[in-house]
Amino acid sequence: MVDNPLRDPRDRRLPRIAGPCSLILFGVTGDLAKKKLIPAVYDLANRGLLPPGFALVGFARQDFGKQAFSKMIKQAAKDGARTPWSETVWKQLAAGIRFVPGEFDDDDAWERLGKTMEELDRQQGTGGNHAFYLSIPPSLFPVVVSQIKKHGLAESSQGWRRVVIEKPFGHDLATAQELNTIVADVFPSQSVFRIDHYLGKETVQNILAFRFANGMFEPIWNNHYVDHVQITMAEDIGIGSRAGYYDGIGAARDVIQNHLLQLMALIAMEEPVSFNAKSLRIEKQKILANARTPARIDLHSAHAQYDGGWAGGEKVLGYLEEQGIPQTSTTETYAAMRIDISTRRWAGVPFYLRTGKRLGRRVTELAVIFKRAPHQPFSKHDVEELGQNALVMRIQPDEGVTLRFGAKVPGTTMEIRDVNMDFAYGGAFVESSPEAYERLILDVLLGDPPLFPHREEVELSWEILDPVIEHWSKQKTIDTYPSGTWGPESADKMLARDGRVWRRP
Amino acid sequence: MEIALEKTNAARIARALVKARRAAGSPAMDMVLTLLVVTDDEEVGAALRTATTLSREHPSRVIGVILGDGRGAAELNAKVRVGESSSGESILLRISGELTKHAESVVLPLLLPDSPVVVWWPGKPPTDPSADAIGQLAQRRLTDAEATDSPIRSLKSVGRHYAPGDTDLSWTRLTPWRALLAAALDQSTSKVSSGSVTAGTGNPAATLLVAWLESRLKVPITLRKGDIEQISSVVLHTAAGDVVIERVGPTSCHFSVPGSSPREVPLGARTLAELLAEDLRRLDADDIYEATISHLLTS
Repeated sequence: MVDNPLRDPRDRRLPRIAGPCSLILFGVTGDLAKKKLIPAVYDLANRGLLPPGFALVGFARQDFGKQAFSKMIKQAAKDGARTPWSETVWKQLAAGIRFVPGEFDDDDAWERLGKTMEELDRQQGTGGNHAFYLSIPPSLFPVVVSQIKKHGLAESSQGWRRVVIEKPFGHDLATAQELNTIVADVFPSQSVFRIDHYLGKETVQNILAFRFANGMFEPIWNNHYVDHVQITMAEDIGIGSRAGYYDGIGAARDVIQNHLLQLMALIAMEEPVSFNAKSLRIEKQKILANARTPARIDLHSAHAQYDGGWAGGEKVLGYLEEQGIPQTSTTETYAAMRIDISTRRWAGVPFYLRTGKRLGRRVTELAVIFKRAPHQPFSKHDVEELGQNALVMRIQPDEGVTLRFGAKVPGTTMEIRDVNMDFAYGGAFVESSPEAYERLILDVLLGDPPLFPHREEVELSWEILDPVIEHWSKQKTIDTYPSGTWGPESADKMLARDGRVWRRP
Repeated sequence: MEIALEKTNAARIARALVKARRAAGSPAMDMVLTLLVVTDDEEVGAALRTATTLSREHPSRVIGVILGDGRGAAELNAKVRVGESSSGESILLRISGELTKHAESVVLPLLLPDSPVVVWWPGKPPTDPSADAIGQLAQRRLTDAEATDSPIRSLKSVGRHYAPGDTDLSWTRLTPWRALLAAALDQSTSKVSSGSVTAGTGNPAATLLVAWLESRLKVPITLRKGDIEQISSVVLHTAAGDVVIERVGPTSCHFSVPGSSPREVPLGARTLAELLAEDLRRLDADDIYEATISHLLTS
């Protein structure tokens, strides 16, 4: 292909637009597609980042008419878009929207899909470039992926084919391996995009830039100065309508396996030799391969379910009272565990991971807590209110960095108290951060995979988590915690054993 | 809080700023940059409103500089405002007398420490922005040829003194057109042999577009006279057929490339605040603009 003479890497005003292509959505009538994917596609179009010939193909069971389908997409885009609504943008997008009705096991439907793709190549100029987005339950992956293969849709003489898979990537090591094998059989590994929408690329890049572009943090980023690390992802909502998916999965599989362990790897890894996909993966894998929970899982982990009560001024149900949850369920909605990383840098520095639903507020943060100064030239009274220095990377809401340190209270008495210094990404640049899904979809269309986890990382994460889940599954009862609080007492005790306390995020 | 100061100096203005900030409860303000707006009494209202729209999203210290009558004794009056409708701080300086020749001496002590400085001339720019006393304080200098009486002459005369960091907003206005053209050539890969741009006479953006296309494609591009003031269409001739982008309404255009069916795509006009936001995003020099300007001046 000839280079486009109008493009120049130095010309940074021109947006990076994906080449002509189509996005084929499986499960287009699902919640995720309606609430996130379709609005993100609209926002990308509105920001001028999609090619003029972009096409969106919906494949779903419901037998819509073409009109009704287009109307459904329009409504979803209108409801969820973060950028202003523009009829012109919609008209452009609508010209490329196609609907293929059918069951996943219906060969005719797949033939129709193949025809639609060929037709798009002719009409919209998509040039054989198609991305399959599997926004469907993992149990349907095998049939969809094998149908893609059977009908020869995974390869073409021109253009590229890519596949996008959402978490969960299996529910333990064995199922993850099985799933990976099925996908690897049809698509080469560089065409597989595993998406964890909790962990937007923007966030990952922010963490990397913060750690490796600055000189002042790296020297203290080790067990000489760091006391411990707390990684929290708290949600204030309950399971809502996700009972069918959530029960039997639980907080650890839902959040810790992918999200928190990825964050831990990013915080703990050594500096990669370059920022390409491979070097980054090598460093993350070293951490994941050497991270383990302590042998006494019972003393260093906690899991619980939320009870009914009042949260944020609203009366809410307990987990067992939610619709569709069996009375005997022991699925955890709160999970906390200690993880030790046996490397020279981190030996002796515990990483505490916790996540839960119906906690105090919605927040995701990484807190690096530093050791106290070895000697205080002040009297005990002066530093009574002085805590440990902390560096907190806030991921959501309001992404930013907070540094916590001691300062003297103005006045004649010597009194030292903790203060916060705050930086927010939202306010410090003349640019707002794109929504995670926009970035993800654009990366898939551009073929930019570096920060998506690879199969090895997924499998290593399960190796860390499997023993804990197995230990929990042997217990007949489960702890509870009142809705709207920061979790069960057992989690506080777990930290108290190590002489530490959870931060109130 | 608003504090008015008459016959004052920079130190007193700085003290007033601190006082106003305290009165607003010392809100956390990580201000991104200092935006200097050099203007006159007539334009100052509209210009500061635009700057305030910008600073609502991106907290900055906006310093409006009104250069008054150069005759008479030096006088400096100021108005300091913190909080209220904007998220940053704003200072309005009214300078007259001999001081108009030394306005930079007032501005320098009021710049935010260690952060970028941008100067914007909403009206008539100095002939050589980077040699201008206030222009020298800034790393980005924004002029707007369209706001002057003879846009093309202004664009060229400022361009002749180009220094890294200069940009004319006519160039910024072109970005959507350039993005569409680049997208068109992503799809149609056959070589362009010639082309044309149609626009109203005296449109500096069209002049720049022709220069950009010529310098990138190395083929002659003609400028045709159109019925509307803005750029109405761009045609590029290639062996496979014509690439045509034609404005059909205030917010959309027809987009057709050989090999796929024509379609309508959005192409809206942007507000001045949006243009400034695009320019402030990058605080380093725009190499492509430099190449385009030098092509414009040599052709």
